[in-house]
Amino acid sequence: MDTSTTERRIEHLEMRGIEKRFGTVVANRDVHLEISAGDILGLLGENGAGKTTLMNILYGLYRQEEGSVLINGEVVDIRSPKDSRRLRIGMIHQHFMLVDQHTVLENIALGDETVPFFFPRRAVRPRVEALAEDLGLDVDLDKKIYELSAGEQQRVEIIKALYRNADLLIMDEPTSVLTPQETEQLFATLRSMSENGHTVILISHKLEEIMAICNRVIVLRKGEVTGEANTADVQKTDLARMMIGRSISSSYPKADLEPGEPILRVSDLHVLDDRGLPATRGLSFEVCENEILGIAGVSGNGQREAVQAICGLRSSESGSVTLHGEEISNEAVRTISDLGLGHVPEDRMVHGIVGNLFLFENAVLKKHHQAPYSAHMRMDYREVRDHADALVSGYQVSAPSVSVPAKNLSGGNIQKLILGREISSAPSLLIASHPTYGLDVGAAEYVRLQLIERRDSGGAVLLVSEDLEELFAVCDRIAVMFEGKVMGVVDPSLATMEEVGLLMAGVVNESERAERSSVADAGIVDEGEPSFVAAADGNALPDDSATIATSAEVAE
Amino acid sequence: MDIVVNILVRTVVAGTPLLLATLGEIVTERSGILNLGVEGMMSVGAVTGFIVTFTSGSPWLGMLVATLVGAAFSSIHAFVTITLRANQVVSGLALTMLGLGISGLWGKPYIGRPLPVKMEAAPIPLLSEIPVLGRVFFSHDPYVYLSIVLGVTMWFALRYTRAGITLRSTGENPRAVESQGANVGLIKYVSVMIGGAFAGMAGAHLSTAYSRSWIEGMTSGRGWIVIALTIFALWEPSRAFLGAYVFGGVFVLQFVLQPLGISPNILAMLPYLMTVAILLVYGLTKQGKRRMAAPQTLGEAYIRGSR
Repeated sequence: MDTSTTERRIEHLEMRGIEKRFGTVVANRDVHLEISAGDILGLLGENGAGKTTLMNILYGLYRQEEGSVLINGEVVDIRSPKDSRRLRIGMIHQHFMLVDQHTVLENIALGDETVPFFFPRRAVRPRVEALAEDLGLDVDLDKKIYELSAGEQQRVEIIKALYRNADLLIMDEPTSVLTPQETEQLFATLRSMSENGHTVILISHKLEEIMAICNRVIVLRKGEVTGEANTADVQKTDLARMMIGRSISSSYPKADLEPGEPILRVSDLHVLDDRGLPATRGLSFEVCENEILGIAGVSGNGQREAVQAICGLRSSESGSVTLHGEEISNEAVRTISDLGLGHVPEDRMVHGIVGNLFLFENAVLKKHHQAPYSAHMRMDYREVRDHADALVSGYQVSAPSVSVPAKNLSGGNIQKLILGREISSAPSLLIASHPTYGLDVGAAEYVRLQLIERRDSGGAVLLVSEDLEELFAVCDRIAVMFEGKVMGVVDPSLATMEEVGLLMAGVVNESERAERSSVADAGIVDEGEPSFVAAADGNALPDDSATIATSAEVAE
Repeated sequence: MDIVVNILVRTVVAGTPLLLATLGEIVTERSGILNLGVEGMMSVGAVTGFIVTFTSGSPWLGMLVATLVGAAFSSIHAFVTITLRANQVVSGLALTMLGLGISGLWGKPYIGRPLPVKMEAAPIPLLSEIPVLGRVFFSHDPYVYLSIVLGVTMWFALRYTRAGITLRSTGENPRAVESQGANVGLIKYVSVMIGGAFAGMAGAHLSTAYSRSWIEGMTSGRGWIVIALTIFALWEPSRAFLGAYVFGGVFVLQFVLQPLGISPNILAMLPYLMTVAILLVYGLTKQGKRRMAAPQTLGEAYIRGSR
């Protein structure tokens, strides 16, 4: 089809002794990888293990310092994506390489030199339509990318790669933006591709999905291969050990505490997003003393806007937010923060710290105007430094000194600094948005333990996360948000991830609910604290709603 | 009636340098590079066009050289912003000042010396005999025709060619372009230099066709109007026609209305006021906001392979 691709199909591909350095940092060291036609290979590793770097080398975006790539036994030289495309290698990046303002068709036509110079879309359309039909992928070619959901955009990327005759498709964290159901659909597509002799390399740090879709897996840690196996022959725990060098604890010790008085109460909150469209539509929930409430949901379902509205960073249209019974909606950020709200923001580099200020200055942000750090408009830098020193040692921040610009710290250390700053004043409510995103396992575990510590010492914690394992391990209750509303609240010790996944996709499953209700009926769950509450739009309420007491926060 | 036609005829001539330079700036900005050096590039084009025409006696050679010099001059901006990844605003402003200075220096010996030949009007046979339209559009110097042909070509190329898709994508998401194997740096260089060439040609029109003399600072702020026009046009060549002729008309009106006691200063403000008004109108409607979106990475340095 594509005449620029003169190379024959990839039967076997090998990367030998790959080494890549960025300055003094070694990203890949002596990596060996082999793959044959029809394989779906998982490339497993933590953030920063060098998975993406390795694949960028294969795709020609980076150049390795040492080592070689062999296709069908012959050494090939991949200097740019142009070369890799000629060799039938395609890559779908974690952040899609699509032009939002352009149509699907224009995006696929971009860079295709085989179509006529004039009216390229006319030549591209029939080929794309045929391809989409073959794969059973349904995409409107004339829609602009920004009009499509993440799942649809990914389909465009897959079509784009296959349109270029890719034999080997590299996918970087493909499921990170998908609902569990979209993920299933993706996996089905990948399976049918594999049956057609396509080869897939899947970069992931999620064990489940590697086990679900891959037939082989290679584990990377700190740039080196630490394990290789057929997925049929290994256990998840083995892979986890290879990935992090020790086994992970799937749950954390928590003091056995009953939730106390409600601290935060959100009811019927309506907030608009940046485009002026409703982001939350009547959101209601509450968080109590000694409790961690998790907010699950695919990103873009109003979680961000809800958190911003609670913290005072975004104005709300209607509804009420109370902290200790005091109305705080549309109050100033400082007022709310002084009432005892700590916030670990989603984008730590933008909202968590001021990168160019020193670490010690960042350590007192939000409180710099108060005693003991300042008096009569004058800063007391000795106090500030002492406080910073205390945070650095108390919260395991590793920094050369407190007098370095905060932006020079690693992501994990910045997060520990922010967490320490927010927790050290013992706020009655701590809101943490994606607090472990992008952190290595050690730092993430530390952050989670600190959240639990806050709960155990009487605080209320609101944890917004897309990491279901994290939510299940840490939270006392999980509220699932979908399209700006709470779809349901589950007890992680009773619910399964599948249930939460369905709620995240906006599905309320009848039979599941019946099962749950019988569990509740059997008295396993305390009355008034149902394990699973499906509310949605009221019409989906179960018949025996007497046994499933609709929880207050949903009914309100 | 006759006076209206006369105004329209002069409007098209006055709008031509604006149109040329705006078309160039659209190409540049579509690649993601903001070049505020239009005023400087036009000045350099005007002075070189004048000198070459003066010494060689050929206004066509003057046009060619001005175009090439404009492109060469803009390559300074390309080097600084693309290769060195320096701030595009600062570099563009520097280019304007440098261009005004150089043109003043080079043009000094030619001040007050009229061109022996200028780019003469060349009415197009048959077409120019159409009533009204013939006089307004088809009885001009070749620059006018050239600007119309270039504008239509550019409109077509942006929409219906492979190169057009690539250029538009570069300003929106250079990483997507790079990942398809294209050389983003090269595309940006070429786009900046096309912008320079168009601005140089626009300058030569001022000094060898619109008037036939060189005065220091003869671009008199047209380069800045071009920046405003590029936004007014929403980075679309078709709209650049409308904008350039409307603003050209304002230039003409300054002379027509002055005898009636309307201050030329007020009229000189009109182009800028209209730009603000247009931005307001677009900014207030939802649909407009979406369309008003500049190329997404406009003004940002592109670092290859970064995330």
